[in-house]
Amino acid sequence: MPADTILETKNLSMRFGGLTAVKAFSAAIPRAGIVGLIGPNGAGKTTCFNMITGFYRPSEGQVLFHGRDITGTPPHRVCNSGIARTFQNIRLFGNETVLQNVMIGCHLRQKTGWWQAVLSMPSSLREQRAVAATSRELLAVVGLEDLAGENANSLPYGAQRRLEIARALATQPSFLLLDEPAAGMNPNETQDLMRFIRDIRTRFNLTILLIEHDMKVVMGICEHIWVLDYGETIAAGPPEAIKSDPKVIKAYLGEEAIPNA
Amino acid sequence: MHAKTKTMLNLMAVAVLGLFLWWADDNLDGYQIQILNLIAVNIILALSLNLIYGFTGLFSLGHAGFMAVGAYVCSVLILSPEQKEMLFILEPAFDWVREAQAPFFVAVVAGGLAAALFAVLVGIPLLRLGDDYLGMATLGFAEIIRVLAINAPRVTNGALGFKGIPDYANLYWNFGWCVLTLYVIIRLVASNSGNVFKAIRDDETAAKAMGVDVFRQKLLSFTIGSFFAGVGGALLASLLATIDPKMFTFVLTFNVLMIVVTGGLGSITGSILAGIVITILLEWLRIVENPLTFGDWELQGIPGMRMVVFSLALICIILFRREGFMGKREFNWDWVTRRFRNKAGRHAG
Repeated sequence: MPADTILETKNLSMRFGGLTAVKAFSAAIPRAGIVGLIGPNGAGKTTCFNMITGFYRPSEGQVLFHGRDITGTPPHRVCNSGIARTFQNIRLFGNETVLQNVMIGCHLRQKTGWWQAVLSMPSSLREQRAVAATSRELLAVVGLEDLAGENANSLPYGAQRRLEIARALATQPSFLLLDEPAAGMNPNETQDLMRFIRDIRTRFNLTILLIEHDMKVVMGICEHIWVLDYGETIAAGPPEAIKSDPKVIKAYLGEEAIPNA
Repeated sequence: MHAKTKTMLNLMAVAVLGLFLWWADDNLDGYQIQILNLIAVNIILALSLNLIYGFTGLFSLGHAGFMAVGAYVCSVLILSPEQKEMLFILEPAFDWVREAQAPFFVAVVAGGLAAALFAVLVGIPLLRLGDDYLGMATLGFAEIIRVLAINAPRVTNGALGFKGIPDYANLYWNFGWCVLTLYVIIRLVASNSGNVFKAIRDDETAAKAMGVDVFRQKLLSFTIGSFFAGVGGALLASLLATIDPKMFTFVLTFNVLMIVVTGGLGSITGSILAGIVITILLEWLRIVENPLTFGDWELQGIPGMRMVVFSLALICIILFRREGFMGKREFNWDWVTRRFRNKAGRHAG
């Protein structure tokens, strides 16, 4: 594993009964990069996310994070090691306020426990205030500071996506997985999102892996792309190479689309 | 409003409660005082179940079991060795059961701790189960506790139970514990640990992705809730002065569940209000079990009628106001001051 690789997957495979959702996915993700995972619907992209973040135990293969084997580690420990994620179908804590959602993300790094909170110990009160302050700062980063007291469910769609990212950042990750961050956004919002993703990468020293269907986003910000089709990695490389790869075009558009094939 | 002002107002509210109890102790009759005592105990039980079910989303039907553990442990500790010598007529008590003695406060804490211990023991295997299965499994646990109580006569005096338990649980003890429970649960729910419980209730998968050790947090909530269920059971034993295994059937859990659901899952204020209203109604509705006369038409009293009325009421609440009295809302001093200010504003205008 090269020294500048933060996460590496080796022959990662996932079988559900007789169906192979992902077959031998191998990728080495460079530190501080923004990389993409693309492919048609049902190609196994989210399954890859679930294997990396511990929601699925891979049938075969390994996940190495900072060179350490984290294959099959439960999700909360994976998160503790510095990997955070968002979900394709937004999963906020709907009955809680926007601020509380981010504070829940901060819980992982908290030092005082529940009984110190019950006893109103000064250390706990101080930490509680610090957590609220950090959470407000993160909300300011994603531009939701004015909605801190609103119920998470009542936010518009785009704001919910940004809240999910703020909540993921609250766990202080070094590696962030975004599952279709641009879904349902108009071209203007998409532009803002691209700027925002680049911005948080530098600001929080992140490496970002994203799944995205919007090719403008993928080609615009990803430095390296892996393409999945029916669970198999059919191409990998920088955006320019992917754009002209006949296999990729075939997977997306069908056989006839390729001239002189 | 300033946090200090709120603390002052809370302390004043507790002081007013104290004054009320002092007044009630001298001026109300025994029956009314008994109802006040039951209100305090029911609020403790409702708050504990609300923490488990309302705030953490764990559908637990084992409350009667934890109450039984608390009640038996406390009773054994406060009955004198001579009383226990007389009580155990089926089989003599074990020596350690006969000799065990503790002051009332320690006995209640021990009851709570014993219930918490049981919660850890059953929680480790059961809390991995999803909603409905957890309900069934905890229901089974409560029944096991009851059967154990019947079949361990050297500890529990079997089906006969205990009589003449010292009635230490007066207004001050009951409301003291009630305020303590309230304080602990409010502090807990308002802290970030409380936020984590609510996160598990809302979306377990997302909570895991946020680094929450869901199983551990569930066990924590379940154990704290069960501790106070044990405390409630312990107070109830001393309040009623008699316990036996028949007392701790599912109906007991149902009563607590009814208070929590009526008040609002996830509302502390709701549990308190419903605890007061339902305890009073449960007593008041005894008239429907007595013969009634409407003009010349006479209705025979039917025992158990009030539970029919209550079950119907619960069905109506679930149908028409599923979130209960309060939903997830809480009482807040700001409401009170805002109302005062509005009034003052109108007078000035």
